[in-house]
Amino acid sequence: MSEAKQKIGGSKRGRSAPGEPMVWFSGMWLAIGILMIVFLLSVILVNGVSVFWPKNVLQIELTDNSKAAWKESKYLAGEVRKTQERQVMDEQGEAIPEIQLFVGNRDVYGFAFQFVDDSDIVKENYPQGILVMERMEYGNMIAYPVKLQLADGRVISAGDEKFHQALTAAVDRGNHRRDKISHIEKGEIGDVNRAMEQHKMELKKGELDGQDVEKIKLAAEQEQADLQEKYEKLAAEATALREQQNEEIFFYRLVTGEERSVSVGFLISFYYPNQLSLFGKLGHFFSRGWSFLVDEPREANTEGGVFPALFGTFVMTLIMCILVVPFGVVAAIYLQEYAKQGLVVRVVRIAVNNLAGVPSIVYGVFGLGFFVYMVGGSIDDLFYPERKPAPTFGTGGLLWASLTMALMTVPVVIVSTEEALSSVTRGMREASLAAGASKWQTIQRIVIPGGLPGIITGMILAMARGAGEVAPLMLVGVVKLAPTLPIDTVAPFVHLERKFMHLGFHIYDLGFQSPDSEAAKPMVFATTLLLIGLVVVLNAAAILVRERLRRKYSSGAF
Amino acid sequence: MNLAKLEPIAMQKENVESLSNTASLSSALLERKNQAPGRPDYIKVSNFSFNYVPAVRVLHNITMDIPEKQVTAFIGPSGCGKTTLLRNFNRMNDLIDGVSQEGKIYVNDQDIYDRDLEVISLRKRIGMVFQKSNPFPKSIYENVVYSLRVSGQKNKEVLDEVAEKSLRSAALWDETKDRLQDSALGLSGGQMQRLCIARAIANRPEILLMDEPCSALDPIATAKIEELISELKQSFTVVIVTHNMQQATRVSDRAAYFYLGKLIEMDDTTQLFSNPSQKETEDYISGRFG
Ligand SMILES: Nc1ncnc2c1ncn2[C@@H]1O[C@H](COP(=O)(O)OP(=O)(O)OP(=O)(O)O)[C@@H](O)[C@H]1O
Ligand SMILES: [Mg+2]
Repeated sequence: MSEAKQKIGGSKRGRSAPGEPMVWFSGMWLAIGILMIVFLLSVILVNGVSVFWPKNVLQIELTDNSKAAWKESKYLAGEVRKTQERQVMDEQGEAIPEIQLFVGNRDVYGFAFQFVDDSDIVKENYPQGILVMERMEYGNMIAYPVKLQLADGRVISAGDEKFHQALTAAVDRGNHRRDKISHIEKGEIGDVNRAMEQHKMELKKGELDGQDVEKIKLAAEQEQADLQEKYEKLAAEATALREQQNEEIFFYRLVTGEERSVSVGFLISFYYPNQLSLFGKLGHFFSRGWSFLVDEPREANTEGGVFPALFGTFVMTLIMCILVVPFGVVAAIYLQEYAKQGLVVRVVRIAVNNLAGVPSIVYGVFGLGFFVYMVGGSIDDLFYPERKPAPTFGTGGLLWASLTMALMTVPVVIVSTEEALSSVTRGMREASLAAGASKWQTIQRIVIPGGLPGIITGMILAMARGAGEVAPLMLVGVVKLAPTLPIDTVAPFVHLERKFMHLGFHIYDLGFQSPDSEAAKPMVFATTLLLIGLVVVLNAAAILVRERLRRKYSSGAF
Repeated sequence: MNLAKLEPIAMQKENVESLSNTASLSSALLERKNQAPGRPDYIKVSNFSFNYVPAVRVLHNITMDIPEKQVTAFIGPSGCGKTTLLRNFNRMNDLIDGVSQEGKIYVNDQDIYDRDLEVISLRKRIGMVFQKSNPFPKSIYENVVYSLRVSGQKNKEVLDEVAEKSLRSAALWDETKDRLQDSALGLSGGQMQRLCIARAIANRPEILLMDEPCSALDPIATAKIEELISELKQSFTVVIVTHNMQQATRVSDRAAYFYLGKLIEMDDTTQLFSNPSQKETEDYISGRFG
C-alpha cells in the first residue's frame, strides 16, 4: 500500500504518466485473483486426475519394534500416498520424515492407511508379482495371488502360465453374473413389484371411491397370484446366480504372510501395478476414469463411480433451465417492453436485483415449506390419496429441487435478459414498427433475437449457480444414495417426484460425512473435478450456441 | 406508449393478395399511370403543433397539403423540425414518452389521430426510410421482406420476387444478389441505406417518407435513388427531407421550407427556388447556392 502511495506521489512529480501507478496497482490485483483461481483449479486437476493413475506398490521391511507393523509381521506393502515430516518433532527437536502408505486390505488390518517413519524402514522393494484388486467391499486388496479354484474343482496355481488368463475370465464371469443379478432384482423383480403395488393402489382407490370392492378384489386376486408366481421364479433365478458367484474361489497371501480366500464373484478387477508399462498404466487410467463416470457408487459412496450423481446434476440443471429461462425471459420482456417505466417498475427491479443476493439456504427453506409441503402435499391429497400416508410429491424430489433452483436463479436471468433487450436500439424497433409490425411482432422478431446472446448469458450464469449449489438441494430432494435414476425406461420415463443424487452434495457427503475421510479423499477430488467439468461443459455448450448466433448476424462493419 | 393492435385479418389478406397479383413493378406502375391524376391534398396538415416535452414547441401551427403521386421536398436548416413532422405522418412519434400535439393530419381524408384508426394499418400504407440507417441484424433477404413477413406472407415465390424487385429498385441487387443470406450488418454504410430503402418500398406503400435517404450515398447510388424516386411517384406519394438543394430541384415537384419549427413557404419547386416569396427562403437557398 505504502509503495503504491509512493508511486502516486512520484507521478505527481511528473516522473511517470499520471494514473500509471493505478494501472499497475489494479493490474496486480487482477493478477493475484487469476493466480489464485489457477492455483485452485490446478490443485483440483492434479489431485482429481491422479486418483485414477495406477501407482506402484512398495513393499517394505520394518525394524523389529516398529509401531507401524501389523501384529508380529515385519512387512507392509502399499501405494505411497504422501512423503512428509511428522507434525511432532523428536526430543532433539529434529524433524522425523515419514511416508503414508495406502496398504488396503481393510478387512484384515482394520485400517487402509498407515504412516511409517523413514527410520523404521529396513528394506524397500517393488515386488513384480504383487496384485491390486478392486472388490465389492472393504476397498482394494493388495496381495500376492496364490491359486484359483474353479467351479469344477480344478485348481490353477499362481505360477501356472494360464493363471492370468483364467483369473481374468473368472472375474469377467463374476461381473457378468453380477450385472445379471442386478438386472433381475432391480429390473424384472422391480417391474413385478410395481405391478403388485399398482394393484394394491387400485384396490385402495376403489375403496376410497366407494366402488364394489368385492368385485375388484376378485379380479385382482387372480392377477396377484400370477404376479406372485412370476416373482418367485425370478427370485429363484437370482438366488441360483448368487450361489454361482461363490463357486469359484481366489486364494491370496498378504505380505504379512497371512493366507486368505475370497469368492470370485466378489471381485471387480485386478492389475499387477509393478508390472504395468506406461501404456498399461494409461489403459488402466482410462478404464478407471471411465468406470468412475459410468458406475454406481459402492461402500457408502467412497468407492465405485458417481454416475447417478452426475446424471442427477445434469437432469436437474436441465429441468431448471427449462423452467427458469422462459419464466425469466417473459418477466424481463414485461418489465422492459410493456410495463410503464415508473416508480413501481423501479421498485420491482430493485427487488429482483436483491433477490439474487438472498442466501441460497433461504430458498431451500422456502422450497421445502412451499413447494414440498404445500404444493406437493396438495397434489398428493388430490391425485394420490390411495398412496397415503406415504408421500409422492409431498416430499423432496427432482421437480421441487429444480423449481427451487429455478426460483433462485430467476433474478439472474431477468437482469441479464433486461439488459439484453434494452441493448436492442430504438432505431431497430422503429424500423420494425414503421414496416407495419405490431408491438408483439417487433418483440418477437427483432427484440428477442437481438437480445438472444444476452439471454443465453443469463442462462449460463443460472446454470453455473444451479449446478454448483448444495445447501438448498439438501432440503428439497437430494439424497446420499438414490435407489433409482430420475429418468429410466419405466413409464412415464421422467420421474419428477423421485429423489436424486447431486455432485455437489456428493462432495459434501464424501468429504465430511464418510467414516473414513482419508479413503474418501481421492473421490472428493475426482468428484470436484467432475463437477467443475460438468459446469464447464454445460457452459461451453451454451457459449457455442451464443457465438453461433452472434456470428450469424453480425460483423464489424460499423 | 401506444400499444398497437393487430390489424384485422381481412385487411391483411387484401394486402397479400394485392401483392401476389402485382406481377411486376412496371405493370403495377402502368396500372396506376392510367388512373386519374392524384388529389392535391392527399396528406393534409392543418394547424398542427407538436411538443416533445411540455412547453417546448417544436412545430408551430403547420398547415400544408401534400399532393398525391408527386414528390414533396422538405428543406430547412438542421433542427427545424423536418424529421419531426415526417415522423408524425406515420405516427412514429407515438413511441416517445411525453409528446403532445395539436391540430390534425389527414391521410386521404382520414384523420390519423382518430381513435378508431388502427395505427398498424396506417403504417402498412406508409413506408419510411430513416435518417440513420437501421437495418435489422438479420440477413439481407429477411430485411427486405420484413414488412411482408409481418403481414403474414409465406409464399416463397412472392417473397423472392419482391426481394429482387425491391433490391433492384434500390440499386442494390447487383451487389447483393449472391449474398442475400448474409448478415445485413456486413454491408457498407451506403449499402445499408439502400437496403433500408428497399425494405421501405417492399410492400408497395401508398406513401413513402424518406428522411435524407442519400446522405450516405455516392453520386452514382444517389442518381439511382433519384431515378427510383421519379419512378415511384408515378404510383406513390413521396415526401423527402433533404439538405441537398440540387437534389430537391432535381426530384421534387413541390418544396416546403421550414425554419425554427414554422413552415415558411411551400410552393412548386421551380417556383420556390427561382422566385421565393419570402425573404428567409431566399436567404437560405442563396446561401446554399453560394
Ligand atoms: N426525441 C426528442 N426529444 C426531444 N426533443 C427532440 C427529439 N427529437 C428532436 N427533438 C428536437 O426537436 C427539434 C427538431 O428536431 P428534428 O429532428 O425534427 O430536426 P430536423 O429538421 O430533422 O434536423 P436535421 O436536419 O438535423 O435532421 C430539435 O430542436 C431537436 O432538438
Ligand atoms: Mg432530421
